[in-house]
Order: sequence, then structure tokens, then C-alpha cells
Amino acid sequence: MWDYSEKVMDHYRNPRNVGAIDDADAIGVAGSLTCGDQLKIYLKIENNIVTDAKFQTFGCGSAVASSSILTEMIIGKTVEEVKKITNKDIADELGGLPPEKMHCSVMGYEALEDALKNFNKEEYVDLDDLLGHKPQEQKGKIICTCFQITEELIWDAIKQNGLKTVEEVTNYTKAGGACGKCKSIIQDIINTYYNKQQAEIDKLTPTQWILKVNNVIETQISPELQKDGGDIELVDIKNKSIYVKLKGRCSGCKNSTMTLKNFAEKVLQDSLGTDITLIEVK
Amino acid sequence: MTQKLIYLDNNATTKVDEKVLEAMLPYFKEEYANPSSMYNFSKKSSDAIKEARATIRDFVNAKDEKEIIFTSCGSESANTAIRGVLNYNKTKKHIITSKVEHPCVLNLYQSLEKQGYRVDYIGVNSNGELNLEELDEAVCEDTALVSIMWANNETGVINPIGKISEIVKSKNKDTKLFVDAVQVAGKIPIDVQANGVDLLGISGHKFHAPKGIGALYVNSKTMITPLIIGGHQERGKRAGTENTPYIVGLGKAAELAQSYLDYEVTEIKRLRDKLESNILSKIYNARLNTGVANRVPNTTNIGFEYIEGELILLHLSDLGICASSGSACTSGSLEPSHVLRAMNVPFTAIHGSIRWSLSRYTTEDEIDYVIEKLPNIIEKATSISPYQKELQALKELRK
Repeated sequence: MWDYSEKVMDHYRNPRNVGAIDDADAIGVAGSLTCGDQLKIYLKIENNIVTDAKFQTFGCGSAVASSSILTEMIIGKTVEEVKKITNKDIADELGGLPPEKMHCSVMGYEALEDALKNFNKEEYVDLDDLLGHKPQEQKGKIICTCFQITEELIWDAIKQNGLKTVEEVTNYTKAGGACGKCKSIIQDIINTYYNKQQAEIDKLTPTQWILKVNNVIETQISPELQKDGGDIELVDIKNKSIYVKLKGRCSGCKNSTMTLKNFAEKVLQDSLGTDITLIEVK
Repeated sequence: MTQKLIYLDNNATTKVDEKVLEAMLPYFKEEYANPSSMYNFSKKSSDAIKEARATIRDFVNAKDEKEIIFTSCGSESANTAIRGVLNYNKTKKHIITSKVEHPCVLNLYQSLEKQGYRVDYIGVNSNGELNLEELDEAVCEDTALVSIMWANNETGVINPIGKISEIVKSKNKDTKLFVDAVQVAGKIPIDVQANGVDLLGISGHKFHAPKGIGALYVNSKTMITPLIIGGHQERGKRAGTENTPYIVGLGKAAELAQSYLDYEVTEIKRLRDKLESNILSKIYNARLNTGVANRVPNTTNIGFEYIEGELILLHLSDLGICASSGSACTSGSLEPSHVLRAMNVPFTAIHGSIRWSLSRYTTEDEIDYVIEKLPNIIEKATSISPYQKELQALKELRK
């Protein structure tokens, strides 16, 4: 039995915005019958705003829930806002998904990306109508031949979700989940991604590095702590050791170590793409 | 509010029969003696085990109760049989099995392949029936073991074990035949002698004994190297202090199952057929995955085209109905059932395949309830499918 959130259950029980839009301005497809899940998303876009969105899904409970909530998330948003939505946003909005089901949120992201790409073409031809079916869009090199997963999708999933292991990549993209032959290539992609991240960090001057770290603290960590009446301040950086001071209600809070390790350090690591150690200065 | 529970997943596990539990209880309480001890206090435990062994002997129609070994489960029975035969015949490196075996067996063969064994996996046709010609061709001088399940857990399709034994023995009389009988025990009669079986495994929780007890039949002509080495229990074939209450439970469950065999082929089969024929006639995108194959009386495997199995199971579960699916999404394995794939069930139906398995506790009211509720559930899942054109075409076709 999967551990589904209440919200996931609500959405597969009562999916919102089901169906097709006959005069859609953009249609996106992800997945296939062979793979066991497919999502088709229809968008109505007026004056650069998504005025309507509908979906059809062949898939499990979490695939239906991901599709359903995605339509709710995008209606009323501008195309630019919609473009910023990641699979993580979809999963977060659902109150989380079991790790093995994260690929359902990725399917939502893929379908949306596909739709917007079609929308941006000056003259959009619906290949679905033209050929009687929708061919799989090939974005770059196929890594997992069983599930037709491209390098680009794996790269995106690593970047958006801070994935570190092959198992995580499989949970998020399905790649490597069938015959498993591509697992070593996936490991190479993970290594390449983090080496590249590291190389970029190494190129930074000490001042640039400090600014980068401080930016994450100020825009991603501090606002969250402020919600609970606390705050955080950068004190010093010595290479990968980041010294911070907890303020307000965070200082002296008995859960502050957990906040530091489970939340702040994780956000920093994911955003910076490298291992750092967060140290509290009392 | 207590929700209705309609349990149609009896190939996964079954409810423990009250009579089985009752028979077991004294051996948890007052009769706790180690059956191997020398004092009078242990006599009742050792007698109870003897009696259970005799019951299992009759249950599978073995010649001698010495041919019965108690184990902890179906997987242990299979591991003891397979490794036991191979380790005893170290020079032979060839094994034959089928593509649709239970994962507990298939995963073991995959690990044996890595250790240098050559394994042939015999295919099945679209109804799930074993390709006997392929089997015939595969048996050779080097074949130590042929391992075939009596009935498949997902489809219920029965393999002709007597015929399989004939084929194997006529090609190589020294090749041993291990039969995984987990899915037939309590559903159809088992006769190891009439069917030329050398080793056979059963698991208690599939026929109303508790989880954690199984048995292995090894005929007197077959030698095995034990898997668990230690004390002298089970005539040295399986060390470890006897699990008296569970062995007693297994014996009682086998005795009851034997008495219900007629009920299986009459009443349970009638209810299964009722469920099956109603689903197939009421739901246009339903497909019987096993065609005309001979099956155990309690199982039906039906594919619902262009929809996904987990979604069906979730909607069923909301109504208290328990079934299982060959879909990838339910297992977390990402790949759909290896059994349905071996049968070449089309991709339109494989992900939406549901297994329904009944037991002697299944009632007519329960079957009627499922027949009443299922069409709406399928309609709900179908209405959100992106394959509306294909579904419409199917609807026209099945009219």
C-alpha cells in the first residue's frame, strides 16, 4: 500500500479539469501506453494567460493526482509563470509523493513543457491530427531504451530535485527501472552533473562564492524561518564550512539543530549543488 | 462506521480458519515442550507433529510421511528443493524452468546463472499454457533439475504436471522434477505419485493456515543437500527446532482444505464464473487474459483496456474491495507483470489487468456487490483516459 497524502487521494478520487479542449492553443503529451502511463494536457491561452487547462491521463492514482493538481496550479497564471513550474512544485503541492512515484510529477512537468514548446512555435501544427497519433518527441540522446528516457530529462530531474543516486533517478524518471542496463550511464550523468557544479564553484572568486551562499540564505532559508518568528544570518565562510547565527525564536530553540541540519543545510546543498557543512555560531 | 470488506485476493494470502487457530493454541500455551526432548511432557508435541506429517502425506498423496519436510514458507521450500538438488548433483549445470514462475523461484535462478548454471526459461502461449515442445527440446544429459509451477499465481492456469514429468523422464531419467504447488494446494487434488513428481513445495497461508509455515515433499529416491544445517530435525534435511503450533496449524488446514476440494470445483468455481462472465458482458473494454486455458477454480485475470490497474485498485479499495494487479505501478517495480508479458498480453490491457481470487469465505452477495460496483469504477477510469478514440472504436467493435 502506497503512503499517499490526503491531497493525492482527494485528487484521484475527484480529479479536476478532466477532458479535452477542442480549440486548445497548446497540447502537450508525455509518456506512452507501453510505459504504463501517459498524460495529455490541453491549454487555452489568451493574452499570455492560461485561461483554461484540461487533462487526460492513463496512469496510476498519483499520475492522475499530479495531472489534476497541475491544471489547478496553472489556470490564471501567465505563460512565464507556468514555465517556471517544476516537477518538485507539483509534488510539493500534493503534499509529497512516495519516492517511487516521483516520476508521476515529472510526467506532469514534461507534458507541460511539451505544450509550451508547441505554443511558442509560430504556426502550431497538431501532429496528433496530422498523423493520427502523437510521435514521441525526441529530446537529445536516449539513455534508457526501455522507457525512452533522454539525457536531458535525467539532467533536469537531477538539477530540479538534487538527485544523488541512480535509485533516485529511477524513482523520478523511471530510467533504469526495467532491464537496468543503463544504470552505469545514469551514474556517469550524475557524476558529470556534480563535477560540473563543482567546476563552476571552483571558478568563483571567494567574493562571488560568499555572495552566492548569502543569496540562498536570504532568499530561500531566511523567509521560511521568519514564518516561525526566527531568522538566520551569515557570519563567515571558510571554504565548504558555512558559519551562521540563528536569530529571533530560532536562537535557543531546542529544535534548532534539526532546523539547521534537516532544512537549512539541505537547501544550501541542493541549491549550490555541492556538499557543505553548516555550523552554528552561538 | 465499519467498512465492508470484500476480500478477493486469496492468491496473495488467506484468512486463517478459526478451527486452525483453535488447533494451534494449546501448543503456544500448555504444550510448549520441545518435541525432540526425552521426557513424557514432549510426547504430545511430537505426536502432534507426527499427525500433521501424516496429514500432509495424504494431502499430496506421498507414499511415506518421511518424505515430508516442514519449512517456514513457500520460498524456503523452493530454495531447499532447488539448491538441495543442485548441491547434491554438483557435476550437472543445467536447469529448466518457465518464464512465468513465481519471483521467489525466478530470482533464485537468476542468481544461480551468475554462479555458472545454464538456465532455460520455457515460454507460454497467449493463454498462459506452457510450450511442451520447447520443454522436450530443452532436456539434455546435463539437466539436473526441471522446475515448473503447478498453477500460476497470477492467472491460475494449470500446468499438466503428469505430462511434463513424462516428457522430462523419457529424455533423462535422472533429471529431478520440482513442482511449486503453492497455488494449487487446497484448490485441486495433489497426487505426487500419479504425476511423477520428485519434489513439491506448498505454503500454508494460501489455504487458511497462518503465514510462516510451509512444507516440502522430497520423494525417497531423491537426495538433497540441506539448506539449513544444524540439529537433526526433519531427518537432518532442515535443522531448527520444530515450530509445533504452526506445523499443527498446517496439518489442520490441509485436512480442512481436503474436505473443501469438492466445494472448490462446484461453488467457488460457480461464483468465479459468475463474476467473470458478468464483468466480460457488462464492461466493453474487459478482456479475459487466459482465454480457454484450464485454470484453478478460484482465479480470474481480466484486463481493462486503456486504463491503469492501480487506479482501478484504489477505487475498489475505497469500496472495501481487495484485488490485485499486474500493473507496474502497484509493485513499484516500474515493469508490468512478467507473466502477462510472457503471454504477450497487449500493452493496451497489460497495465490494466486485475486478478480476482476467491476462497471458501467468498459469498454470493460479495460477488453481486462487485458486479454492481465495478462498471462505474471502470467508467470513471475510462473517462479520463487519453485514448478516447481507441476506446470508442473498441466499443463499436464489441457491440
